[in-house]
Amino acid sequence: MLAQIITESVEFTRPHIDWHAFAPELVILAWGAFVTIVDLVGLERVRRLIAPLTGIGFLLAMIPVLTLWSQGDDLPRVLFDGAYVVDNYSLVLKGVFLLSGYVIVLLSSDYMAEGDYYDSEFYQLLSASVLGMLVMTSARDLVSIFVALELLSIPAYLLAAWRKRDLKSNEAGLKYMLMGVFASGILLYGMSLLYGGAADTRLSVIGENLSDGVSTPIVTLGVLFTIIGFGFKVSAVPFHTWAPDTYEGAPTPLTAFLAVGSKTAGFVALMNVVFFAFAGQPELVQPFMWILAAATMTIGNLIALRQTNMVRMLAYSGIAQAGYIMAPLAVYGDRLGDAQQAIVLYLVIYAAMNLGAFAVVIIAARKTRSGEISSFGGMFRYAPGLTLAMTVFLFSLAGIPPMGGFWAKFFVFKVLTDGWGLWGTILAIFVAVNSVVAAYYYLNVAKQMWFMPAPDGDHSPIVIPPALVAAVAVTIVVTMVTGVTGLIPDWTDFTSLAAAP
Amino acid sequence: MESFLNSWGITAMVFAPLVGLAIMMLIPERDEDLHKSIALLSTVVSGVVGILLFRNFDYGQSQLMQFGVDRSWIDVINARYSVGIDGVSLPLIALTLLVVPLVIVYSWNHIPAPGNAKAFLMLILVLHTGMLGTFVARDLVLFFVFFEVVLLPMYFMIGVWGGEDRLYAAIKFFLYTLFGSAFMLVSFLALYWLTGSGTFDMVELAERVQSEGLTAQEQTLLFGGMFLGFGIKVPMFPFHTWLPDAHTQAPTQGSVILAAVLLKLGTYGFVRIALPILPEGAQNWAPYIGLLAVIGIIYGAFGCLAQTDMKRLIAFSSVAHMGYVMLGIATLTDFGINAAIFGMVAHGLITGLLFFVAGSVKERYHTLEIKRLGGLLIQAPKMGWILGITTMASLGLPGLAGFWGEFPAILASWNPAPGLNENVFRVYMVIAAAGTVLAAGYLLWLLQRTAFGTPTDEFADDPHIHDTVMTEWIAWVPMLILIVVLGFVPSLIFDVTNAPVSAVGEVFQALGQ
Repeated sequence: MLAQIITESVEFTRPHIDWHAFAPELVILAWGAFVTIVDLVGLERVRRLIAPLTGIGFLLAMIPVLTLWSQGDDLPRVLFDGAYVVDNYSLVLKGVFLLSGYVIVLLSSDYMAEGDYYDSEFYQLLSASVLGMLVMTSARDLVSIFVALELLSIPAYLLAAWRKRDLKSNEAGLKYMLMGVFASGILLYGMSLLYGGAADTRLSVIGENLSDGVSTPIVTLGVLFTIIGFGFKVSAVPFHTWAPDTYEGAPTPLTAFLAVGSKTAGFVALMNVVFFAFAGQPELVQPFMWILAAATMTIGNLIALRQTNMVRMLAYSGIAQAGYIMAPLAVYGDRLGDAQQAIVLYLVIYAAMNLGAFAVVIIAARKTRSGEISSFGGMFRYAPGLTLAMTVFLFSLAGIPPMGGFWAKFFVFKVLTDGWGLWGTILAIFVAVNSVVAAYYYLNVAKQMWFMPAPDGDHSPIVIPPALVAAVAVTIVVTMVTGVTGLIPDWTDFTSLAAAP
Repeated sequence: MESFLNSWGITAMVFAPLVGLAIMMLIPERDEDLHKSIALLSTVVSGVVGILLFRNFDYGQSQLMQFGVDRSWIDVINARYSVGIDGVSLPLIALTLLVVPLVIVYSWNHIPAPGNAKAFLMLILVLHTGMLGTFVARDLVLFFVFFEVVLLPMYFMIGVWGGEDRLYAAIKFFLYTLFGSAFMLVSFLALYWLTGSGTFDMVELAERVQSEGLTAQEQTLLFGGMFLGFGIKVPMFPFHTWLPDAHTQAPTQGSVILAAVLLKLGTYGFVRIALPILPEGAQNWAPYIGLLAVIGIIYGAFGCLAQTDMKRLIAFSSVAHMGYVMLGIATLTDFGINAAIFGMVAHGLITGLLFFVAGSVKERYHTLEIKRLGGLLIQAPKMGWILGITTMASLGLPGLAGFWGEFPAILASWNPAPGLNENVFRVYMVIAAAGTVLAAGYLLWLLQRTAFGTPTDEFADDPHIHDTVMTEWIAWVPMLILIVVLGFVPSLIFDVTNAPVSAVGEVFQALGQ
């Protein structure tokens, strides 16, 4: 028996690995190790270097993403027997994650340095989490999806509780972890049922086997549990309850990371599973996603109306936005490419405008030391530029042209009304009405900043460190350029891709 | 020159204010005069390009889109940067190009509290671009973007520089309009899919709706979505409640722009988009639009009679006047629609001027409460006369511009397009005609109580009350002249609008046979 195993393992040959296609992940990994060593050797002397180094790492990883992108014809590159695929879709999303990671580093550097937290570890864990997200974009296999999900989640649990002497932060971390682990359990259960039903872990093969008519209650349960598992990650109602508390308690830069990076990764996982494995099962998935999307946007918006804390408001607004992002999945059946395009486009623009909003919140909190919406009063008087930036982000979130958020919503509308189908159109009307409701609370913040007096009459200007200026600049440029030119839609056109493995 | 106008003219006209805005961004806030000069200059540049365009406009072919530019913009959905001017949009563009510089001139010494001329003027420039863009857009997506862009500056203008209740008015204005336009957008997209044409071009869509044979039911539904979007902007009767608040609370400049141009975006949308693209839908909706229009006329009039605030009274009179415009449109005849376009321009000039005067009264008396005012003709006789002429124009006195908007609209409902119930529209006609009497009533009453008589004790010896000043003259005289000129020579507008409107009218003549 033992001898047999040994002889077999001798014959093991290393599978071919396409190093170029795998390069972005490897860069992050190697650079992370390098930064750790720098930290170990330099100790206190290099403390201020860790943040810029981490940021440079994210930018370095962009290089292979761009070289891969420039090889358009060579894509998709399939690795590990179909478990890992690099194509336009995954490259766009890798870019989003890397740039978001970079902006998060910009947001964190002053916050971490001034708060006397553990610097180096924070950035190591952040890199690890971003690495998980990069893996997620290419994961086309249940196992690699799960590995990616855990790789991106576990560091985030720790990071949420980073302000360790603050009870709220502890609560944030603990809640996030318990709910996350619970969701992972449900997800694993769903995946095991799927594996049992479809006899493979690769999404493409699962898709084929399911289309061959393997439709049993077991598979149905597997599909539903998988979606619910991701539902926690994207904070879909009714699996959203962790989000507001975690967002409020976690360090604000990390909240931005959760609201953008982690949520986007959840959507990527959801898209991978739905588009590559359940493409042939719309009758099973669509009604479920319809209810989830309608409930998420409506309940998220209604609760957001009542919030007085800025970060909690953004948390609920993020839940509502998740509802809009999910909406195309309720009608994806005969328009895979369009649905995928609408979601990816939304994610790109959402990342820019939401990170921008968080950047302004972080900047404002440096002066006001408060998270209340009322503390934004009078900002137009003493910080007109910042007010203008926040206004752009808020109107973008509300979906008003000429900001990027308008096109994000526009493409959702486009997919929903396609073919004038009954359910799609009803959901479109849901989105329309919800957009108006949402405008109220976004405008409420704008109202505070523009129309109200400063709460304590304090009109001293805000000192904004250069890193935060850069973060606002990057996000506002993306938000406005996509909005005014409508450029993005061109390069998120995956119509030809939806059917690919 | 001509080749420049053909390829860049419209773009230069629409975006010149934004260039001014970009320059203003770089200049610190304290150089107020410089800001005013740049703002004025950029709107004047826009106006000069506009005049050049109008000079080269082929008035014999005013039904055709001229100076058209058609560039690809967002390929995925085939939304295009497609602009042009025809006889329907020309008068409204001219109105915009005239009113906005006058508003900036008026602002020279009338920057409302809490100051900050830089931000205030920048918002006006954004408004200018948004309004012009809406009037020149020929692509539904482009139209929608401009239509919405207008919301933002107006929201801030009301919210920052408005009266006491400005926060409520600003959010109400914003949410109402956004609600309508969300449904309008769904309608546009549904149109895109239903026609299967893969285009948002207005002209092409109108053709496709015919060739694809959209059923009357589908057209009616789609028209409903657009009706919400445009009807709220007009505003039509049940959706009008944002208007008195917004008008009353907005600073003078904001009220003038709102009355003169913004309300026309809605009526223009009906004439430009809803009617030509969805004729059968329009036919089904017309009786109801007519009904809401006459309700608006009577309701607006009674609303006016009940007001104690001068500005609020003028705001309610807008509801009534826009009712005439919508009645003209609802007849679906070329006669009625011509009247409607004339009515838009006339209302823009007249009500714009009324708001100007109201603003100046407020500046002198610090109140607009009618019963505290009086004797304007004694204390500021020139301003009193201007108010007098404008109210006469507003109530539709022949010889002034207001007449040609109202009278033909009423006349047109005697004989609506075939397919519409004549008797119903004749009832509307009688009601609308009665509305003119009410209009005379509330406007003359307003004039009597504010301009005639002797000043109240409170203000009798107030040294702050003085007559018209230079910036006011510059801002008001062009509008006054136009009100008189258009009153005597209405063909100035009718000749331009008639050809494109007839083309629309013929569709409905054919449809009803």
